[in-house]
Amino acid sequence: MSKIAAMTPDTVQPDTTETASWKDYFQLMKPRVMSLVVFTGLTGLLAARAPIHPVLGAIAVLCIAVGAGASGALNMWYDADIDQQMRRTRGRPVPAGKVKGEEAASLGVVLSILSVMFLGFAINWFAAGLLAFTIVFYAVVYTMWLKRWTAQNIVIGGLAGALPPAIGWAAATGHAPLNAWLMVAIIFFWTPPHFWALSLYVTTDYAKAGVPMLPVVKGAKETRKQILLYSLLLIPICLSPVLTGLGGPIYLAVAALGGAVFLILAWRVFASKAGDAADPRVADRALYEVTEDEKAAGSTAARNLFAFSILYLFALFAALLGEAVANVHALELLK
Amino acid sequence: MNQPVNKDDAAQLAAKKARSGRNVALALGLVAFVVLVFVVTLVRLGGNVAHPH
Repeated sequence: MSKIAAMTPDTVQPDTTETASWKDYFQLMKPRVMSLVVFTGLTGLLAARAPIHPVLGAIAVLCIAVGAGASGALNMWYDADIDQQMRRTRGRPVPAGKVKGEEAASLGVVLSILSVMFLGFAINWFAAGLLAFTIVFYAVVYTMWLKRWTAQNIVIGGLAGALPPAIGWAAATGHAPLNAWLMVAIIFFWTPPHFWALSLYVTTDYAKAGVPMLPVVKGAKETRKQILLYSLLLIPICLSPVLTGLGGPIYLAVAALGGAVFLILAWRVFASKAGDAADPRVADRALYEVTEDEKAAGSTAARNLFAFSILYLFALFAALLGEAVANVHALELLK
Repeated sequence: MNQPVNKDDAAQLAAKKARSGRNVALALGLVAFVVLVFVVTLVRLGGNVAHPH
């Protein structure tokens, strides 16, 4: 059965779309994800420290936000079958039967075209091209392909969520130099430990929905190891903007202190038994018992890392944004 | 009488209210888009209109 056939009326709940409010359509755009995209896109735009008319800057950020919302709507249309099976997502407008799948798809396509064209005509076509690539990468490459196919789904797919700072930078200057891609790299390498920490305590949901997340495919132990490895990779990347002149003293303090806490929390996850209780690979429970205390400690460790990872990314970009706005000079350690 | 007398009437009323809300949101969105295009046009033109050569 095709993907489309599998998710149409038989599997979707009774038609209550007549009473859908505008808020349900807004929810399709994943407003929480959109707010993070707006924040990182705005940081890229201002960190470029290039003169741009405030109205055009605001238009650029708006286009990035609408483009992100459009790809969110396309994701909700295509993933309705998965979302329906997971506690975290079954209340979304399409699986809950509030909005029809085809309406979500239409909204996604229309907003994608509008946001890219408007960014192109109002700002520049390089930024518009990057936005178009981001939307296609998230909606097609990640949602329709990677997510259902490989345990590396969120590693490669993370590129889509990482690109907004480069789009912002490109909107301000018309090009994207090394510093713009450093910001992209920070989000790109932040994504795996962030999502895998979450997946360690919702493993059963992903398994039930047939999504090949790393804990489902490779097991909890391998996931904890990968979280630690990616965290070890992430922290030097977070510190590197200080060397290239992108980040100043405030950024250095945030990246170093936050990075140390990040590594401690990642180590705690690695040393815990987070996810083991739900791991089907642990065949002989008599030989490998996970006590209730260990289960609770593992879950707490994973939740702590997940929560702190959000704070860390926010603090890093807030430091860059603050330094750009206050015109704090970079340390320029390499000069 | 405006009070709904049964479930069908109540559902129709709710649907009408929701549709009205959606229409207003769409209208506001379209107006905002027109205003944005107008403002961007002014900003992009800048002072060039007054001094074409």
